[in-house]
Amino acid sequence: MSTIAPAKQRRRRRQLDATFIVGVALVVVIVVGAILVSTVGRNFFSPGNIRDILTGMSVLGFVAIGQTLVILCASLDLSVPYVISLSSLIAADLMQGNPANIPFAVLVTLAVAAVIGLANGLIVTKLKVNGFIATLGTGLIIKGYLDSTYKGTSGNVPWEFQLIGATGLGPIPVSTLLMLATALLAALFLSRTRIGHQMFAVGGSEQVARLSGIRTARPIIVAHVLCSIAAALAGLLLASRLGVGSPTVGTQGGYDLLSIAAVVLGGTLLMGGRGSIWGTIGGVAIFAVMDSVMSVMQVNPFLKDVVRGVVIVAAVAIYTSRNLDRRRPRFGPGGSVAAITDAPTAEKPSITKEGAKR
Amino acid sequence: MTTVTEAAPTTGERIAALGRNLISPRGAVFLLLAVLLVAITILNPSFAEPGQFIRFIQRVAPVAIVAIGQYFVIVGGEFDLSMGSVVTAQVVIAGNLIGEDDAKSIPVLLLMLAFGALIGLVNGLIVSFLKVPSFIVTLGMMLALLGGVLYWTGGAATGNPADNFREIGRGGIRDLPVIEILPWSVVVLAAILALAIWFSRRPFGRTIIALGDNATTTGFAGARTWWVKTSTFVISSLSATVAGVLLVGYAGVHPSVGRGYEFIAITAVVLGGVVLGGGRGWVVAAVAGAFALEALFTLLNFAGIPSTWRDAVQGVIIILAVAYAATTFRARRKGHALEAPASHPSPDASQTSPETANQTSPAPGAKESDDPSSARPAAIPSSQRADNETKGGS
Repeated sequence: MSTIAPAKQRRRRRQLDATFIVGVALVVVIVVGAILVSTVGRNFFSPGNIRDILTGMSVLGFVAIGQTLVILCASLDLSVPYVISLSSLIAADLMQGNPANIPFAVLVTLAVAAVIGLANGLIVTKLKVNGFIATLGTGLIIKGYLDSTYKGTSGNVPWEFQLIGATGLGPIPVSTLLMLATALLAALFLSRTRIGHQMFAVGGSEQVARLSGIRTARPIIVAHVLCSIAAALAGLLLASRLGVGSPTVGTQGGYDLLSIAAVVLGGTLLMGGRGSIWGTIGGVAIFAVMDSVMSVMQVNPFLKDVVRGVVIVAAVAIYTSRNLDRRRPRFGPGGSVAAITDAPTAEKPSITKEGAKR
Repeated sequence: MTTVTEAAPTTGERIAALGRNLISPRGAVFLLLAVLLVAITILNPSFAEPGQFIRFIQRVAPVAIVAIGQYFVIVGGEFDLSMGSVVTAQVVIAGNLIGEDDAKSIPVLLLMLAFGALIGLVNGLIVSFLKVPSFIVTLGMMLALLGGVLYWTGGAATGNPADNFREIGRGGIRDLPVIEILPWSVVVLAAILALAIWFSRRPFGRTIIALGDNATTTGFAGARTWWVKTSTFVISSLSATVAGVLLVGYAGVHPSVGRGYEFIAITAVVLGGVVLGGGRGWVVAAVAGAFALEALFTLLNFAGIPSTWRDAVQGVIIILAVAYAATTFRARRKGHALEAPASHPSPDASQTSPETANQTSPAPGAKESDDPSSARPAAIPSSQRADNETKGGS
């Protein structure tokens, strides 16, 4: 216990744990779903159904990947649904049904999203506005622009671009593959690059990160920019599915709150500093499986929301209750320093004991 | 805002103190509100007539009441995103259960209050004991409640309740000398505001603020933190219930009534200088935030700006308000502050009121809101951003 090697081992196991629990939850959801689906005489593992689930994952997946980065930095992004709508409109308007315009339109869309993300990041870091308020504000600004500029769907997406949303390799849609590739890139970004590591540091404790010599603004700004770009990718994908740009496509999906829910479901702490991209993908998959099971069973669409809400809370409750006692034991397992620096709620008994001794 | 600062040096020390208070984040909302009201009056002089003005207050009442509820949750360090859905649920319950039967009004009203308290209790207990971040709990509650209500009604509008029930939201005391009619909404708002002010000065109310400031020390100080936290959620759900009762009369029964109220309430509270993450804020400022927000919308309306731009303006305003508060707090802590640390604001402000009778409405606000901060030792947050950081959960 006191040597360094077992501590390292433990840490590795705990890291696996975070995504492991999500994986277990996903398996449980799939098994329960498969049983439920089979009770109405359908096959859960039919290619058509799997394609539906994977398609359902793709859009939310993009958004949730970006949201993970932002939440890791202890911020939030509530502007994503409006960024999604805006980018679908910009892309569709610029393409005008002409395949030659595709690269230009995609670049402009991503650039606009990057500017929005940059604005978010600068407001959060330089103006010291809480991420919740900052992105709620920018989201409202974009919403105002959308509502006053567009009366309905607009633009025209060429067939070549629509193929991205429509084709697949076997049962796996291209859009999902793109999403998984993005997830891989994001995971590599977090584990391999300096700024990725800094995101964990800043999210865990901005003060400590700053004292350790990190420019704390930079990772937060980068996270916001990447989040908006990810949302723009989701918008492009929706545009390719719909064939037009729509000013309400983002808000109808409720992507802001759902993506946050998926991220937290995936084991990322809402307070930042801890989490993983693959956990988020697991969370997104849980949502997609639930959705598909409920549509196969023809559950009332309003009841779906009830189930979703209950599952979110229940899942996070189970997750936190498993995680709480083992949060941040910094100096080896069970060490006295760990007890004090630990999460206050979990460690109350030990500290009160100390008080009694005095 | 600039006019006051420029006028300050010329008219002496006391007005300068008032000016500093007004441009401090806590007082700013009252100044903003005054400026907005004056601007509306210039654009549309009839707005200042007592009858018109009381109508304005009637319109703001539900938002202000929701903001009061949200204030207690936020100052206690949490979020309540389920308020909008609670409003919707209560409106639909009233519509469906009361129907045209006058006799059912009272029992259903009691049922609604019990239902609201139950929702708050569930939220609070899950947050306290299952340690789920309040953001997630109330988000789940929002989805579940809204889904449940829509499932129950089939997603369509339902009938209006009996007239005597709707009277609470639309009627009032008639045949008064100056204002012609004193709407019940205004009475309810005044009563709830008075109750909230009284409550936040009680030991329990102070404990809520302490809990938002530092949950650990509050626990060590002997407070039952779980009960304090839970009660904030009960308060917010009950206030959403009251807002729902008013909205039944004012807006009628429709599943879209109440949508977005949670964000409007959070915006109003934040405009009132209440710090997200808890521990700082004044309930009257939160109400003033609600009034300022609604006055802003009215102003845009009179100025002929399309209603679609309303959201954008709201977005700009909340970013600016919070940025202003955050950067000012930061400046004060660094030492070159708006309020010089040597002459503490509250003793100065207490002397200002007689001379500045024309500005009485902002003055007490600025004065009172500084009291809590002077009462406790200067806050030394661990980081600059921790000050207005979201404490999502525990």
